[in-house]
Amino acid sequence: MTTHILIRSLDRAAWIFLVVVAAAAIAVPICNLVFPPSSALHLPTYLVALFGKYVCYAILALSIDLIWGYCGILSLGHGAFFALGGYAMGMYLMRQIGSRGVYANPILPDFMVFLNWKELPVFWYGFQHFPYAALMVIAVPGALAFVFGWFAFRSRVTGVYLSIITQALTYALMLGFFRNNFGFGGNNGLTDFKDILGFNVQAETTRNFLFSLSCVALMLGFLVCRAIVTSKLGKVLIAIRDAESRTRFLGYRVESYKLFVFTLSACMAGIAGALYVPQVGIINPGEFAPANSIEAVIWVAVGGRGTLTGAALGAVLVNYAKTYFTSGILAPYWLFMLGGLFIGVTLLLPRGVVGTLQHWSGLQRDRISAAAEDGVAAPPPDPQPAE
Amino acid sequence: MPPSRIQNMIRRTEAIMVQKEPEPRSVNTGMDHVSFREFAMRLCRACIVVLLLVFAFASSYGTAHAESFDEALAHFTADDFDETITGINEIVASGNPRAEPIIRALKDGHLMFSAEKKAVYIQDDSGKLTDAATGQPITGDAPADVDTVRLSNRVRGSIDAALGGLTLLSSDPAKRMSAAEAVFKSRDASVLPTLEAAIAKEQDASVKRVLLQARAAITLSSDTASDADKLAAVEIIGNRGDQDALGLLSSLPSNSSPAVAEAAAAAVAAIQKRLILWDTVQNAWYGLSLGSVLLLAAIGLAITFGVMGVINMAHGEMVMIGAYVTFVVQDTIRDSYPRLFDYSLAIAIPLAFVVAGCVGILVERTIIRFLYGRPLETLLATWGLSLILQQAVRTMFGPNNREVGNPSFMSGAFDLGGITITYNRLWIICFALAVFVALLGLLRYTRFGLEMRAVTQNRPMAASMGIRTARIDALTFGLGSGIAGMAGVALSQIDNVSPNLGQGYIIDSFMVVVFGGVGNLWGTLVGSFLLGIANKFLEPVAGAVLGKIAILVLIILFIQKRPRGMFALKGRAVEA
Repeated sequence: MTTHILIRSLDRAAWIFLVVVAAAAIAVPICNLVFPPSSALHLPTYLVALFGKYVCYAILALSIDLIWGYCGILSLGHGAFFALGGYAMGMYLMRQIGSRGVYANPILPDFMVFLNWKELPVFWYGFQHFPYAALMVIAVPGALAFVFGWFAFRSRVTGVYLSIITQALTYALMLGFFRNNFGFGGNNGLTDFKDILGFNVQAETTRNFLFSLSCVALMLGFLVCRAIVTSKLGKVLIAIRDAESRTRFLGYRVESYKLFVFTLSACMAGIAGALYVPQVGIINPGEFAPANSIEAVIWVAVGGRGTLTGAALGAVLVNYAKTYFTSGILAPYWLFMLGGLFIGVTLLLPRGVVGTLQHWSGLQRDRISAAAEDGVAAPPPDPQPAE
Repeated sequence: MPPSRIQNMIRRTEAIMVQKEPEPRSVNTGMDHVSFREFAMRLCRACIVVLLLVFAFASSYGTAHAESFDEALAHFTADDFDETITGINEIVASGNPRAEPIIRALKDGHLMFSAEKKAVYIQDDSGKLTDAATGQPITGDAPADVDTVRLSNRVRGSIDAALGGLTLLSSDPAKRMSAAEAVFKSRDASVLPTLEAAIAKEQDASVKRVLLQARAAITLSSDTASDADKLAAVEIIGNRGDQDALGLLSSLPSNSSPAVAEAAAAAVAAIQKRLILWDTVQNAWYGLSLGSVLLLAAIGLAITFGVMGVINMAHGEMVMIGAYVTFVVQDTIRDSYPRLFDYSLAIAIPLAFVVAGCVGILVERTIIRFLYGRPLETLLATWGLSLILQQAVRTMFGPNNREVGNPSFMSGAFDLGGITITYNRLWIICFALAVFVALLGLLRYTRFGLEMRAVTQNRPMAASMGIRTARIDALTFGLGSGIAGMAGVALSQIDNVSPNLGQGYIIDSFMVVVFGGVGNLWGTLVGSFLLGIANKFLEPVAGAVLGKIAILVLIILFIQKRPRGMFALKGRAVEA
């Protein structure tokens, strides 16, 4: 039954996407581990970590596309959920350092010893156990999104108001996490990780495994999103996106639907953050910066919102461009390019890359079917997201 | 010249005259002769008295005074602490202008004496001696036995009191004021006579008040004053009502009578209440100041959002442009016309309005008009624009803070009751209110304002009535950006001018718009001042960061109650 729903939900683009991600999950570790450094096919380890980062961003982009592309909720604070998941994972990794830290305290992380704290704060309890930490990776962003969304959607805060409030949310969290007495390492954040589940975080095999795990998470996330948007629930979501009042008048509890996808999306963002932290090796309050969240939205816009595959593609494309341009002589111009990207995509490419491709192929199909059936009404093209 | 000395001189003169008249009664030459001689003598005596009096009055400030001053100085040569203290007191009492430098020299250990010559000198830093009485360098060799006048703690105490007493009679009211404050703090009973004299001749009401407070402070700490005097003193000090008064009243001597202690306790309670009140006023003032800054930053945002439904994420960068216009104007003035510096803001304000307004209109014509009906995408496009503008300014002016100076009328501060008010904050509040009133007038009384309000309330209907909505949009956007530019001029006076200037205000401005609603400008006014004041009242309680977080949480909760802000538009227009 479940497999049936899943298979029915996948179209050609979805299959291509899954195959590409699966291929990357297998090919990257092989290129890194099997081929010797002299070989042309060898992939340096730093690239594995970099690609792992892209994949995590792709999961974040997917979660944003689910709410923005299909439900019309523009969250400018999704980076907050990403960072919260990252902090949960970071706390687990901190506890794993144990007595190998600079101050060799078996219980307290270094920064607490440095701040002269005597005992572990209550909210750090239990993070030495991986299952608990993994639960928190999902539960903390989910709970925050649930509470926030419950308040916001119930009082029908929509449109730009919601965007601004989500931005304020992540801004407030950023201010809080920058404080030392908040208990999360202040502006240094959490870093200096040693191992995860007994494996060294720095080791090549661990990095490759984490990369493949991220790819699997991306595929699973994609399948879940795809299953949702092609189900009846997904149709209601799209109805809310296109005409919220009308959907409400038809008898649907709009706020419940919104709350569901918003919470689910926050959980996905949390998972992305949790996978991101061990690969990057640090989590700090800078991840909460509103600018990061807005940048994540532009990945989705570049790839094409309401396409899922486009969101993931956009995340990889924009971040690859960022890596490419910020490391060379073009570095001072990167912000010009990023700013231009925001303006250019919204003005010239409102459907995004994948959305435009789908639109063209849709037009082509219409023309073909119109020619074949000679005047018989063609099925209308996919409705494009409106505000 | 004291009367006793004049009498003394008269007596001496009489004695001389009597000596010159040998044996008056030994020769019996008859009544007439005797009476004539007596008459002549009386006449002569009277003449001499008159002459002496004239002489005394004419020269009293010279010789007689100098005599007492010299006598006072002579006390320093005794090398005895009690004598030194007597000397200090007599010198102060003499009122001689040399008194102050002498006592200062004594305090610094620069006063020297020679026991042999009975002379006192002041030694300067290079070791040269000057005569203490005249201030002239000494002629010839210094005496061999020159030595420093020694000090003890008791002597130092009377030196301080003497200095306080000396400046109490100074001709400069500011000096008298600070001397009175010093006496209030030291509560030295030995200054009391000087203090009384100063009170008697004081003309300046504010100085006199402090003098009376100083006397009250001395009365309170003395053991001999009557209860009635002490009660009066408690009242005077209670009226002073600051931290010093609080400290004085709460540390009364333990042997005070119950009535005095009770009055003091009541006064302490009153002062504490007063201080809390002033603290509140101070917080409210800071809040008003922050609120005016928020008002300036948010008001442009509010009108563009109200009319066009567009959130301009590059609004903060318009503020930044205004600040940089100020910098450029001041830079040009410094280089070419330094005397115009005080007018730099008068030049910068219209210029910033025009520059930022033109940028705004350009942005509207090239980007935003293509995105109507898609507010979320406008958000993204303007965010991109803000990145570009920031980077452009960073490329042109460098990433560091640029220095923008305060013109003279905006620097400094003054005290009002228990709080200090800086002029730049005061002017910014005035400026913000002026901009608000001007904008209100523009919306209410001009054709442009009328059309703008029409478009805000119902765009299709306004268009049907012949209003060119596209033109209104461009002008509104230009107006909003121009006001942001003027806000930048104001902010350059209190904040660092850097490419990130705008970002610090953008989220707060959004909060104001969300909180106040977009229906009319009053929402923005009330919203910004409420947020500013709430922020400043939460800061001392919760700390700056937690206070900000609390405000954000409160706004999120407030939105529950009123999703479209305090002053929401009513009717069909709200459906977006």
